[in-house]
Amino acid sequence: MSVAANHRYRKFKNGLMNTLAIVCALLVISPLGFILFYLIRQGASSINWAFFTNLPAPVGQVGGGMANAIVGTIELLLLASTVGVPIGVLGGIYLSEYGGERMNDWIRFWADVLNGIPSIVWGIVAYALIVLPKLPGFSAYAGGLALGFMMIPLVLRTTEEVLVLVPRSYREAALALGLPQWKAITRIVLPTALKGIITGVLLAMARVAGETAPLLFTAFGNSYWNRSLSQPVAALPLQIFNYAISPYDDWHRQAWAGALVLVGLIFCLSLSVRFLSREKR
Amino acid sequence: MSTTVASVSAPAELERGSRLGNRIFYLLCLAAALSIGVLLVLVAYQLYEGSHLAMKQFGWSFLVHSTWDPVNEEFGALPFIFGTFVTSAIALLIAVPLSVGTAIYLTDLAPLWLRQPLVSVIEMLASVPSVIWGLWAVFVLIPWLRVGLFPLLQKWLGFLPFFRGPIYGIGILTAGIIVAIMILPIVTSVSREVLRSVPNLQREAAYGLGATRWEVTRIAVLSYARRGIFGAAVLGLGRALGETMAVTMVIGNNPEIARSLFAPGSTLASVIANEFTEANSNMHLSVLFELGLVLLGLTIIINIVAQFMIRAISSPETRRA
Amino acid sequence: MHHPMTPRMNEEIKPTRLNPPARAAQPSAASPSAPAVPAGPPAFDVKNLCVWYGAQQTLHDVTLQVPTRSVTSIIGPSGCGKSTFLRTLNRMHELVPGARHSGEILMLGQNLYSPEVDATVVRRRVGMVFQKSNPFPTMSIAENVLVGLRLNGLNDKALLRQRLEESLRMAALWDEVKDHLGRPGTSLSGGQQQRLCIARALAVKPEIILMDEPCSALDPIATSKVEELIHEIKKDYTVVIVTHNMQQAARCSDRTAFFYMGKLIEFDETRTIFMNPANPQTEAYVSGRFG
Repeated sequence: MSVAANHRYRKFKNGLMNTLAIVCALLVISPLGFILFYLIRQGASSINWAFFTNLPAPVGQVGGGMANAIVGTIELLLLASTVGVPIGVLGGIYLSEYGGERMNDWIRFWADVLNGIPSIVWGIVAYALIVLPKLPGFSAYAGGLALGFMMIPLVLRTTEEVLVLVPRSYREAALALGLPQWKAITRIVLPTALKGIITGVLLAMARVAGETAPLLFTAFGNSYWNRSLSQPVAALPLQIFNYAISPYDDWHRQAWAGALVLVGLIFCLSLSVRFLSREKR
Repeated sequence: MSTTVASVSAPAELERGSRLGNRIFYLLCLAAALSIGVLLVLVAYQLYEGSHLAMKQFGWSFLVHSTWDPVNEEFGALPFIFGTFVTSAIALLIAVPLSVGTAIYLTDLAPLWLRQPLVSVIEMLASVPSVIWGLWAVFVLIPWLRVGLFPLLQKWLGFLPFFRGPIYGIGILTAGIIVAIMILPIVTSVSREVLRSVPNLQREAAYGLGATRWEVTRIAVLSYARRGIFGAAVLGLGRALGETMAVTMVIGNNPEIARSLFAPGSTLASVIANEFTEANSNMHLSVLFELGLVLLGLTIIINIVAQFMIRAISSPETRRA
Repeated sequence: MHHPMTPRMNEEIKPTRLNPPARAAQPSAASPSAPAVPAGPPAFDVKNLCVWYGAQQTLHDVTLQVPTRSVTSIIGPSGCGKSTFLRTLNRMHELVPGARHSGEILMLGQNLYSPEVDATVVRRRVGMVFQKSNPFPTMSIAENVLVGLRLNGLNDKALLRQRLEESLRMAALWDEVKDHLGRPGTSLSGGQQQRLCIARALAVKPEIILMDEPCSALDPIATSKVEELIHEIKKDYTVVIVTHNMQQAARCSDRTAFFYMGKLIEFDETRTIFMNPANPQTEAYVSGRFG
C-alpha cells in the first residue's frame, strides 16, 4: 500500500476506534438514564404523605405505605454503624499510626478481598450466629450485624486513607507538648481528619443501605411496626423485593415508589459526601 | 500546675498512667485491625460448620450431581455452579469490552470538561442497589427483551443449540445481561485507574513516532496495562459471581441445568436467596450452607487473584490500589 | 557582621507581662549579654552521645553541657546532625523507627533515658518549636495555646485564662490577637502562627525550650520579633536553638555549638566562636568558606 493510502487507512481506523469508544461510553452510562426515568415515571405518582406514614395494607388491598420499612432501614443502618464504625475507625487508626508496612499490606489486602465477597454470605453468617441459636432469632439485631460486618472493611480502608493525609508535624507538635500518644491521636489527629472519616462512614452507609440479600433471613421483614430490636424488622430493599415479585399490581406500584425513595436516600448520602469533600478547609 | 521544677516533674502515677492509656489504646486498635482476619475465619468457619451435615452425607459427588429434589432429599450443586458460571461468562463478555472502551475514552479521548461528569455518572451507577436493577429488569427490560431482542437473536442465531427453545423473557441470558449492567461501573473504574497509571512517557514515545491516537492507545497503553485490565475483569467476575437479588428476580429459579440461553435457570446465590427461609429440613438447610461455602470459596479465590493483579500493575508508581 | 556585643536598638522596649512567673530566685546577671553561670545542675549534660538511624550513624560521640537560663545555639551545614541532636534532648528522635542511641543525657541532673522515665513527662518539661509553624487546624487561637494544659487535665478556668494571657504576652502576640481569641489558629499570618506555637509551648511552663530553625520560614520582621522574644524569655527559660543562620546565632545566643558531619567540633561562648574560634573548621564555616 502506498504511504498515502496507508496513512488514510490508519486515519480511518483511528476515527473508527474513536467512534467505538464513544459508543461504549454511551452504552455504559445509558442505563442510569433509563433507570432514573422509569423510577420517576412509575414511582413519583405514588409518593405521597400516606406512603410515608402508613403501614402496608393487608394482602390484596389497595393502599397503605412503607412507613415501617423506611424507619426499619434507618434502624438497621444505625445498628450496623455501632458495629462497623468503632471497629473500622480503630482499625484504620492502627494501620495509620501503629502498623508496620508488611502487616498493613496484609490487612489492606484481606480487607479488599472481604469487600468483594457476596453480601448474602454475611447474611448466612449472621443467621448462624444469631437466628439459628434463637439469640433472639429473626431480628433487627441480626440484620444490623450482617450489615455491620460489611461496613467494617469499608470504613477501615477509608479511615486509614484519611488519617495518613494528616501532616506529620501535628503529631510531633502534640507529642512535643507532652501528650501521651493515645491523646495525641484521639484529640489532635482524629479531629483534624474528622471530616474525611465521616465521609467514609457515609459512603459505607450508602453502600449498605441498599443491600437486600443479607436481610432476607436476618431482619426478615415485618408488616407491622417493629416494637423491639429483637423482633423482625421491615426494610426498604426487602419490601421492594417482596412487592416486586408479588402478583399484585398495587404492590408493584408501591415497589416503584419505594425504589424511588431508596435511591433518593442513597443519592442524598452520596451528595452529602460530595459536599463535605468539596468544602475548602 | 504551678511553676516549680518539682511539680512539673509529674508524680510517678502520671508516668504510669500515660503508659497504661497508651497500651490500652494500642491494643484496642490492634484488635480492631485484626478483626479483618477474625471476619475471614468467622465466615469460613460458620459456613463450614453449617455444611457439615451435608458434606458428611454427600461428599464430593455433591458438586457434580445435578438433581435437586428437596422433597426426597436428593441434592446436587451442578445446576447452580453451571448457572453461576454461564451468567457470569455472559456478563463478562458484554461488560469487559464496553468497560475497557469507556475507560479508554475517559483517559485518552474525551474532552477534559467531560471527564469528571462522566466519572460521576459512573459512580452514581455503581451506587444503584441490586434490588432496584431487578425491579427495573422485571418490569421494563424483560418485556422489551421478550418481544424485541430475543426473537431477533433466535432468528439470527437459532442454528446454535443454545439459542433455541421457548422465550419467556426471564432466563439465563437475561440474568447475564442485568449482571453485565451491574458490573460495568466497577470494571470501568478499575480499568480507568489502570490506564491512568500508565506513565506518560510511554504515550509520548509512541506519539513521537508519529502514531495516531488509537495506535498510541493500542501500542503504548493497552499492552502496558494488559495485566491490570485483566485484573479489572477478574474483579468484575468476582462481583458477577455473587450478584444475588437482581439475578433471583430475573432468572426464573429453576434448579436445572438450562438447555438454552432463553430458559430459566439458577445460580448459587439465587437458590440460597430463594430457598433459605423455606428450607424445611436440617439437611436442606445444611445443603444451602454448603452451596454458600462453594460460593464463598469461588469468590475468595477470584478476588485474591484480582487483588494480586491490580497490585502488580501499580507497584512502582503508586502503592495504593 | 553585626557584633554580638553591641546593645541592640530595641533592647529598652520590653513587652509588658502580667505576672512574672515565680521562678526560684537567681542572682541577676551583671549585664544583659554576659550570662552569670547559674547555680545547680546544667540544663543538659550530654556525655558521649551517639545516635543511629538504622545502620547509619548520625551523631558521633557528642559531649557538651548546656547551662540553664541561657540561649545556646547549634550551627552547622545541612545534614551535620544538629536537628538530630536537638531531638535527642526531648526524646523526639525515638519517633523514627529504627532509632537508637548510646551515651548519656542528664537533664537537670536526672537521667533522661532511664527506663523508669516516661518520654511523655520529659516532653512536658521540655517544649519544642518546629521549623514550620503548625497550629492545630481544628482549634482556635485560645484553644491552641491552652491545649497542652487542658489535655493534661488542667481545668481551672481562672488559671487557664491567666496562662493564656501570660503566654501570649511572652510570645509578643497578645496585643495582636486579644480581641479575637476565638478565631482559628490558622487564620494568622506565618509569623504570627509561629509565635502562637511558641506561646503554645510556653503555656505548659516547660523549663527548657528547644527551637528547630524557628525562623527559617519567616520574613525578616517576623524573625526579629521572634529573636526579641528569645532574648526576653532567656531570663527564665533555657533555650536551645538550631539555626542555619549564623548571624542569628551571633545575635541571640550566649553559647554556640558547631557541628559538622555528626560530630561536635567546637562549643564555646558565642563571642569566641565567631571572633576567634579554636578549630580551623569552625573558622572556615563561620567565615563563610563553606556551608
